[in-house]
Amino acid sequence: MTPLLEVQGLHVAYADRMGEFCPALAGVSFDLGSGEILAIVGESGSGKSTLAAALLRLLPSNGKIQQGTVLFEGKNLLDASPQDLRRIRGGRIGLIFQEPSSSLHPTMRVGQQVSDVLAAHESLGRRTLSERTNQLLATLFPADAARISVSYPHELSGGQRQRVLIAQAITCGPSLLIADEPTASLDPTTQQEILQLFETLRQNLGLAIILITHNPALLASLADRLLVLYAGRVAEIGPTAQVLAAPKHPYTAALLRCLPSDFAKSQGTRKAKLQVIPGDAPDLSLHAQGCRFEPRCTVRMEMCKSDEPDAVAVGERHEVSCFKFPG
Amino acid sequence: MRYFLRRALHAVFLLFGVSLLTFLFSALTPGNYFDEMRLNPQISQATVAALRAQYQLDRPLPVRYLHWLNAVAHGELGFSFAYNSPVGPILWVRARNTLLLTITAMLLAWLLALPLGVWSASRLGRAPDRILSGTTATLLVIPELVLALGLLILAVRTHWFPTGGLVSVGFESVSPLQKLQDLASHMVLPVTALVLGTLPMLVRHVRASVAEALQAPFLRAAVGHGIPRRKLLYGYALRAAANPLISLFGFSVGTLLSGSLLVEVVMSWPGVGPLLVEAILARDLFVVIGGVLLSMIFLVGGNLLADALLYWADPRIRTAASAK
Amino acid sequence: MRPLLRVENLVKHYAAGRPSPPKNKFAALDGVSLSIRARTTLALVGESGSGKSTLARCIACLEHPSSGSIWFEGVDVAGLHENQQRLLRPQIQLVFQDPASSLNPRWTALEIVSEPFFVQGRFSKQERSDKACAWLDHVGISRKMVSRRADELSGGQKQRLAIARALALEPKLIVLDEALSALDYSVQAQISNLLLELQSSLGLTYLFITHDFAMAAHLADEIAVMDHGRIVESGPAERILRSPGHHATRSLLAATPRVPETPTILVNF
Repeated sequence: MTPLLEVQGLHVAYADRMGEFCPALAGVSFDLGSGEILAIVGESGSGKSTLAAALLRLLPSNGKIQQGTVLFEGKNLLDASPQDLRRIRGGRIGLIFQEPSSSLHPTMRVGQQVSDVLAAHESLGRRTLSERTNQLLATLFPADAARISVSYPHELSGGQRQRVLIAQAITCGPSLLIADEPTASLDPTTQQEILQLFETLRQNLGLAIILITHNPALLASLADRLLVLYAGRVAEIGPTAQVLAAPKHPYTAALLRCLPSDFAKSQGTRKAKLQVIPGDAPDLSLHAQGCRFEPRCTVRMEMCKSDEPDAVAVGERHEVSCFKFPG
Repeated sequence: MRYFLRRALHAVFLLFGVSLLTFLFSALTPGNYFDEMRLNPQISQATVAALRAQYQLDRPLPVRYLHWLNAVAHGELGFSFAYNSPVGPILWVRARNTLLLTITAMLLAWLLALPLGVWSASRLGRAPDRILSGTTATLLVIPELVLALGLLILAVRTHWFPTGGLVSVGFESVSPLQKLQDLASHMVLPVTALVLGTLPMLVRHVRASVAEALQAPFLRAAVGHGIPRRKLLYGYALRAAANPLISLFGFSVGTLLSGSLLVEVVMSWPGVGPLLVEAILARDLFVVIGGVLLSMIFLVGGNLLADALLYWADPRIRTAASAK
Repeated sequence: MRPLLRVENLVKHYAAGRPSPPKNKFAALDGVSLSIRARTTLALVGESGSGKSTLARCIACLEHPSSGSIWFEGVDVAGLHENQQRLLRPQIQLVFQDPASSLNPRWTALEIVSEPFFVQGRFSKQERSDKACAWLDHVGISRKMVSRRADELSGGQKQRLAIARALALEPKLIVLDEALSALDYSVQAQISNLLLELQSSLGLTYLFITHDFAMAAHLADEIAVMDHGRIVESGPAERILRSPGHHATRSLLAATPRVPETPTILVNF
């Protein structure tokens, strides 16, 4: 079965003021099947937002996709014409950016902002447009869709704004949704509601979803597969349950150990030191050889300093890039 | 509502203040109309004295001011010594002429500035933007006087346009259509001068505000939703950039009576400008005060209009205002 | 044993809209009472809008409560005169969620931490610099970082800097208002270890405000749960976690994401 989305060897870099290119993503490859939920987990500087932007060629002006292919429904997005790209954005692939507070136009009613997306992809009469928008808002805001529709972004709460962004992303019935930190600024209960919403969307609409986050625990129940990004490279990718229960890559394991353990089961681990990852996040502008995690890795070997490991299969759709797992 | 009442009250105070200051300055400047008259041997001293008494120039300043204020409240702006008739009608006619020019020029300038600014902002840093920026910078540097004179020279050399005045001789006796044509041909040069004078600054402001809006996260999000380019530029970016532009528009409205003085004088357009200049030189007190007051009303009104438009256009201002 | 901090029936009203009859006022704090023993950590957990930040600001003397009392070491803080309050302020320090907006981005780390000594006016330039470096070292900012500007530091480093600045005044109580929430998880772990270590070596008391129950559970001796301006449940951390009583507590616990089981690591570490 051809995957819905296939990313191969994606290399993205940003130019700094002097015009030098600083790599942000190096050799990222993964695929996504229809109706599948993939979680991309990474910390600041891992390149996760760059990845989300690069898939739809929405990098800022100093960003450049240097290499790679992004095959969506069989066609390479990186070769698409501007018209095709515009049709795909919002039409076939829905995008939810970070920061709901600044991703909405401040002086336009939110109902209008949702209609605009629909109008951009389907030529409908005004009444049909407004009917369909109201229907959609009614599913996302069961209680007060009418009031929300005429509200302005600053009149809504964080969770409500997030739902509006979701409405914009799904209004044209895309087959893929890319959500960049959709729950970052929300309360825990609201976070759960939004995640539940994603699950419902997957079930009802058959949507494939790429969820980008920095909190692995958040997606344990939701994501089918987990992709761990470190320093712009895929450290590990595999079924969520497996990766969380038995992480292969040293970084994945170290990251999971940083989380306070399940407190209901903790016995005397409270107020104990957490096992941290020594050192700081890597500075990608500095040229380095070898595995980027090597300076902080507790099980590093000699070869890790000089060579970069390739991805190696260690299970059913489970790959790791680490010399501990020879190919 | 309270927001407006407060602003309107401010405006009224401002007008009071301005009228007082103008009155004081004009009344306190050395000399008055009658000094000129006194030098004229054909008019007897007694007549001058009588006229002075008639115009109450012998009364103390505060009394004169109060009299004048009372008169204004009744719609009478005083009496022009030079024209020997009430100020009101003179001023209205001249104001009408000025507004004919300035409203046309303002509308034209804004209608041109918006697309030019948006187009320039969307191609920031590239060749079209640089050319436009260079042109506007050059125009900004050229003094308005030079522009006006330049156009006048063009008219004289080419005979394409009349070289001044409102209408040609024999205006009354032609058909309405021909009247319109005649008026229009007289308007071309002054309007062009005014537009060339105000367009560069407007374009630069539009360009700056829209360029800033184009960097905003919500615009990237809109691109991500596949919103077409034209809608992005006008419906999203320009709309978000509206606030500073609305204030600027208010300022444009505010200078409708006062901004065209130079052009009117150079091109002999019978507007408020030349009237004021003559009146100041002739110490025609009430005309000066009336003219300045009318200009101030426009200025304050323009600001009030900008406030109203901002309130209407930006929901965040509405929310902040009602929270106070 | 007298608690270090005791809050009794604290009420804080905000006027909603124009000056209006009292019933239109919005009560951010609606009768809050709690106490913190010295050298312990109290975690205050609640959703946004529950009033946690308001409480933090009242305790740190940044806002005046509408009614109620705050006792710090037996002294009624709310009743103090402005001058006396100023003497008390160094003892209660606040660390915010967003270091980028609470630190001047153009100042270097050294300047930021030296500022409190400068304000006190008792130290020479060399003394200020030495003391500041000592604190920066304490929080793990190395010597070569001290002359970096605040906007050149990473999120974790900025937060360490904010903690160093708070420590410079040698406070007894540090209020951490969502201080870890904006950080990556590996950095949260580092800062959390730092906080624990500082508590045991300097005898600090923490009021840790968060909506993340997991971190609260990890750091706290006692937990208080806030909902709509009131404390709905409080007590020793173990008890609250094992048998939560109030529905607000239970729903927060249920909503807290957690890794399903302790990861078993196949590679030999």
